Amino acid sequence: MSLPLNAWLLLAAALFSVGVVTVLARRNAVAVLIGIELMLNAANINLVAFDRYGADGVRGQVFSVFVLAIAAAEAAVALAIILAVFDSRDRIDVDTIDSLKG
Amino acid sequence: MSSLALSVPDLTPYLPPMIFGSLAAVVLVGAAMAALAPRIVHAAFALMACFFGVAGIYAMLGADFLALAQVIVYIGGILVLLVFGILLTGRLKGALGMEAATRAWPAILAGALLFLGLAVALEGSSFPGSTATPAAAEATTAALGRALLDPSEYLVPFELVSVLLLAALVGAAYLARRRRA
Repeated sequence: MSLPLNAWLLLAAALFSVGVVTVLARRNAVAVLIGIELMLNAANINLVAFDRYGADGVRGQVFSVFVLAIAAAEAAVALAIILAVFDSRDRIDVDTIDSLKG
Repeated sequence: MSSLALSVPDLTPYLPPMIFGSLAAVVLVGAAMAALAPRIVHAAFALMACFFGVAGIYAMLGADFLALAQVIVYIGGILVLLVFGILLTGRLKGALGMEAATRAWPAILAGALLFLGLAVALEGSSFPGSTATPAAAEATTAALGRALLDPSEYLVPFELVSVLLLAALVGAAYLARRRRA
């Protein structure tokens, strides 16, 4: 009884949907970032699952490594921006940060 | 006469679905708590459980290097960064990022619709080139390392990603410096 490919893809789809819910429901910018990380993880599960069920070497896992590195860079820059905004506005509520200037 | 053999059924074929089910439960419950926990600190800890579950999923899929990288990079790096961000911005409102989840229900509805759409699309699609039963899992760390450092494969993207990572870290340090002190 081995698992079908769709089992992994459905899990990834569910995780991605939860990530979307997080991004839409949260107002704290750090929590929005958490939602983005959930979505990146879901994409990675898809890549690794296709790698496992395909016959194409380790190509899917290579892409996962790149996603991992991009996610690290993205988290560092996003948190730096959040800290800078907090420093100048004293808030990180994404609903109230709506002015482009100043 | 063979009551002993009958009383111990072979459970080995059921192990992968059982392990998959528990890992999927850890991942999805952790993610749901990360999405909806009223306190942002609780969300961060639920996210840790979710990341561990995803590492287990990678291990089940035979991606041994990625399972370890998931623990080291996501839990040891990104999650620690997130907690730093929460603590440094947490002096708002007295509580640590306490927020009213006023928009939770429309968001949950949107997420459920998205999942339904994805599930229907998955059920109706086939993936040519994918096998129904993959070969036995082998360690892929060596193959992954060779693919990443082979000039005819992924050496150039690999080096570009390291430059990108360096630029992102320098940029982050520049952005996060204190302006008013």
